[in-house]
Amino acid sequence: MNASLAIFFVLAAVAVAAAVSLILQRHPIHSALSLIVVMVALAGLYLLMGAEFVAAVQIIVYGGAVMVLFVFVIMLLNAGEEEHTNFSKLAAYAGIPMAVAVAGLIAAAITRSTLPPAPDPTALTSTKSLSMLLFQDFVYPFELTSFLILVAILGAIVLAQREDN
Amino acid sequence: MIPTNYYLILSAILFGLGMIAFVFKRNIITIFMAIELMLNAVNLAFVAFSKAFGKSDGEVFVLFVIVVAAAEAAVGLGIIILTARNRRSLNVERVDLLKL
Repeated sequence: MNASLAIFFVLAAVAVAAAVSLILQRHPIHSALSLIVVMVALAGLYLLMGAEFVAAVQIIVYGGAVMVLFVFVIMLLNAGEEEHTNFSKLAAYAGIPMAVAVAGLIAAAITRSTLPPAPDPTALTSTKSLSMLLFQDFVYPFELTSFLILVAILGAIVLAQREDN
Repeated sequence: MIPTNYYLILSAILFGLGMIAFVFKRNIITIFMAIELMLNAVNLAFVAFSKAFGKSDGEVFVLFVIVVAAAEAAVGLGIIILTARNRRSLNVERVDLLKL
């Protein structure tokens, strides 16, 4: 068992444990902190695969911006522990089999498929080649995302402002 | 080296856990976080495929997914604030105006 495989298993275990913790925690702020751990572990996995730019963006945008937004809203709304309701039983009987079935189906399809052997970190796609691709082949989608963000900003402002009648 | 399948199976596990959280949680903010978890699982699969096939296209898709997730978070949290203000609760089962 070589070093990179050991690192993979450690990071994967951290990610899965934090995801389980997201489900088990009753307070939303604890769930949010668990989700941050998942995102940092995934950033480590991206680094392990040699996708260093994606890892940096994952930390900055997901672990930073998006999660700060979540924590801010949780504190703004003073969200407490979630309450139990009768419908949780229905979710237990229908939800877990469904999720296990979906994950199992995906895993079964993956194990049957014949993929190219392994991600090779030595064949490191540099940030330069990534930016070439982004600004040449994908330049129209890239420009569209700026429009999408503009619409999202406007939508968030319109939704969150108080109506003064 | 690490086989691509390991990454894909981890991605499937995280997606399943996100799905369980989506079905189980009663707090609307936590449900939203479950969606983010599923998006992250898909991103992991994208990067793994990108590395397996030796093309950077998958990593560009990941950047787009992150952008869309950020926009979705901004609008979604705006809707959550509005719902919480009107309903005085974050429990999704209190939002049942369309229910018979």
